[in-house]
Amino acid sequence: MQNVTCKLRGLEKSFGQNHVLKGIDLDLRSGEVTALMGANGAGKSTLVKVLCGYHFADAGEIELGGKPFSPADAADAISKGVVTVHQSIDDGVIPDLDVATNLTLDRLTEPGVGLFVNDRKLRNQARKVAESMGLTMDVRMRVADLDVADRQMIAIARAMARSPKLLILDEPTSSLSSTEAERLFELIDRLRGEGVAILYISHRMSDIRRVADRIISMRDGAISGVFETEPLDYVGAVNAMLGHQMTEVDIDPVQGGETVLRLDKLRLFADSRDINFEAREGEVVAFTGLLGSGKTRLAEVIYGLAEPAGGHLDLDGKSYRPTDSGDAVSKGVFMSPKDRSINAVVPDFDIANNMTVPFLGAFSSLSFLNDKKQRTAARDMIEKIGVVCQSDGDAIDTLSGGNQQKVMIGRWLLKASRVLLLDEPFQGVDIGARRDIGRYIRQTAKGRTTLVFVAEIDEALEIADRIVVLNEAAIAGEYINQNVDLNSLVADVSGPGERLALAG
Amino acid sequence: MNSSALDFAIKYGFLILLGGLALFFSLYASGFASPRSAVFVLQSVAITGILALGVTCTLVVGGFDLSIGSVATSALMLSAYTMVILEQSAFVAVALCLLMGALVGLVNGLLIVKMRVPDLLATLGMMFLLIGLQRIPTQGNSIATGMSLEDGSVAEGTFSAAFLWLGRHRFDLFLDRLMPVPVVVFLLIAVLIWLFLGYTRHGRLMYAIGSNERAAGLVGTNVHRYKVVAYMISGMLASVGGILLAARLGRGDIASGNNLLLDSVAAALIGFAVLGAARPNAFGTAAGALFVGILLQGLTMMNAPYYMQDFVKGAVLVAALVFTFYLSSRRGGRRTA
Repeated sequence: MQNVTCKLRGLEKSFGQNHVLKGIDLDLRSGEVTALMGANGAGKSTLVKVLCGYHFADAGEIELGGKPFSPADAADAISKGVVTVHQSIDDGVIPDLDVATNLTLDRLTEPGVGLFVNDRKLRNQARKVAESMGLTMDVRMRVADLDVADRQMIAIARAMARSPKLLILDEPTSSLSSTEAERLFELIDRLRGEGVAILYISHRMSDIRRVADRIISMRDGAISGVFETEPLDYVGAVNAMLGHQMTEVDIDPVQGGETVLRLDKLRLFADSRDINFEAREGEVVAFTGLLGSGKTRLAEVIYGLAEPAGGHLDLDGKSYRPTDSGDAVSKGVFMSPKDRSINAVVPDFDIANNMTVPFLGAFSSLSFLNDKKQRTAARDMIEKIGVVCQSDGDAIDTLSGGNQQKVMIGRWLLKASRVLLLDEPFQGVDIGARRDIGRYIRQTAKGRTTLVFVAEIDEALEIADRIVVLNEAAIAGEYINQNVDLNSLVADVSGPGERLALAG
Repeated sequence: MNSSALDFAIKYGFLILLGGLALFFSLYASGFASPRSAVFVLQSVAITGILALGVTCTLVVGGFDLSIGSVATSALMLSAYTMVILEQSAFVAVALCLLMGALVGLVNGLLIVKMRVPDLLATLGMMFLLIGLQRIPTQGNSIATGMSLEDGSVAEGTFSAAFLWLGRHRFDLFLDRLMPVPVVVFLLIAVLIWLFLGYTRHGRLMYAIGSNERAAGLVGTNVHRYKVVAYMISGMLASVGGILLAARLGRGDIASGNNLLLDSVAAALIGFAVLGAARPNAFGTAAGALFVGILLQGLTMMNAPYYMQDFVKGAVLVAALVFTFYLSSRRGGRRTA
């Protein structure tokens, strides 16, 4: 058995009356990837924050490399060898500085560093770091000009430059495409070989299958399952995390009625192929494809945030060309955007105001808001979509990710729509909340057409009547969601898309 | 301190302090606790209060308006110029000033949303521009009846009685000639802005923009329009302040209004601490302005020297900011990394 790098005993943490960690015992061993699974609100993030020095534990002990470890703050945790790469990539890098500075940034905070920055020395150091990580970009480039995956790599590379004992990766693939993710996994393989203990937090089963040596399931602030014998029991781990049997979602595909939205020779980018597509009333269509396949662009065009390069749209048989999001909403086209914390959540507002914010006009007379009406509507939706909260007056940031997302989706179900666009509605949402949201979307699907944009095929299979595969901003395949040939679907997602280019 | 006591302190601390201060001065400064003195306090804060309410609107949408002080002095000069040199009526003067305020706000707003100039820089630039502009028509001189003009003639116009009424008339309330017009205007505007920001859908959307601009835009809010409107409100309220100042002074004094910007920004920021709002709000702004007014009036009546005033204001502001940012963040049990 390998050396135990990090040992947690009886770790507890509460926020007010909310007992988040209820005594965690955990060993993290060197050269081993431990996957941590847990529904939102299970306490994963809090555990990570205790380890990386952001929160103090209320009780319990942590040992790192045989010595007691209680970091005073994040910098202290890093200097002692616990390095964390957070979920939100832009927390990890400074976009306006170049790659070299980003890679060596933490050295500038070390005690004993001189007053002046020696750019050449910095770049040489940075090049060494980059090479050792297999990064090929020019270290003089601005990070803002790089793509997401490269930024993520830089955050990890900088972390690794400290030769940490414990590396924590918090949902590192949430904004990566599968090729980009594969690069990350290769890196993880290498670090494992070098004897780093890795704590890997993810919702994605495919990631966990790929990298985990053992799985820890968390539930309600306690460890509910440890799986470390080959072959790993993935189903058992999910069960331990959810506390009940994971059931397959059974979908009886709906045919759909009249055409609501028609895309006619629509071109998303100047050099992309035409998209011809009809979305019918009552059906849920999932658009799936890799990062950069044009999913988000398509949603933006329909919601009036971007101009198509060519072609046009019809809504209920009439030409539809929204000038902006306000115009789209007034025509009954609603969109729940991806990346909710950036694009959807109003952090200063409570649940009721977050939910009703698009339709304040309907909740006011002569512009004066009717607080009671807002709260009644919000309470009704909280009930229907199953938001777990104390009341509609809770601050939005007291909710877990899944519950926040329920509020963000619920916001667009308050009023009837013709077209409902959901861009990555299950991002950072645990399986339980995902099922709740999916079920409610399907329940309410009558009377509108629903377009869901998801990268995960599993998510598409869970919610849609029809699945459309996008590849290079064109339709690469289309499936009725019944006995779908997964091999063919995956081939469409990753393939060049020539074969079915005319199928749409 | 346990958490409910902390909550209480954050929520009511500032108002209790305000009450305590009033009580203290009533006991120790003779003559403080009288209607006349109370009105005097109100009068001293009316104009800064009006400007502060305007800046509150821009703070709500996540912006800032540094040009308010210079808009007010520009309005002061413009009204004097209109009446004394152009010999126009009070009505024309007031209308021109309001138009000027709205126009400056519009330009500020467009610079910020269309040209993407950061708010502080855009309004700082506008501040400089206006400070310079208001001096050009009179070659840097103050404006008063009888002044000699560039072409050798003498300015014959006067401040009309109707205009001076705005600054000097006092309504009867309990006592004869108690309530000055500027105080009434201040209270009226405070109530209007309070209702607008707190209870209308427009106000709610403005708070949404200040909290997460992208999210507000993606639910269909016309973010640009609301931001421009916020700056226009700010500009117009600043020019109302300038008009009232001109009406009180009765001449276009180039040197007056120096402190307006800092005082009103301070009032708006102190307002963050009132009722633990931790965000800009009209009630807080009015209370903040009042707080400063009471403090200064009390200290003056206790014979504190005038040159201590700015120091006292600064100290109050720093204390209020600590209240807002440190205590409120501790309430959530968060630690900053």
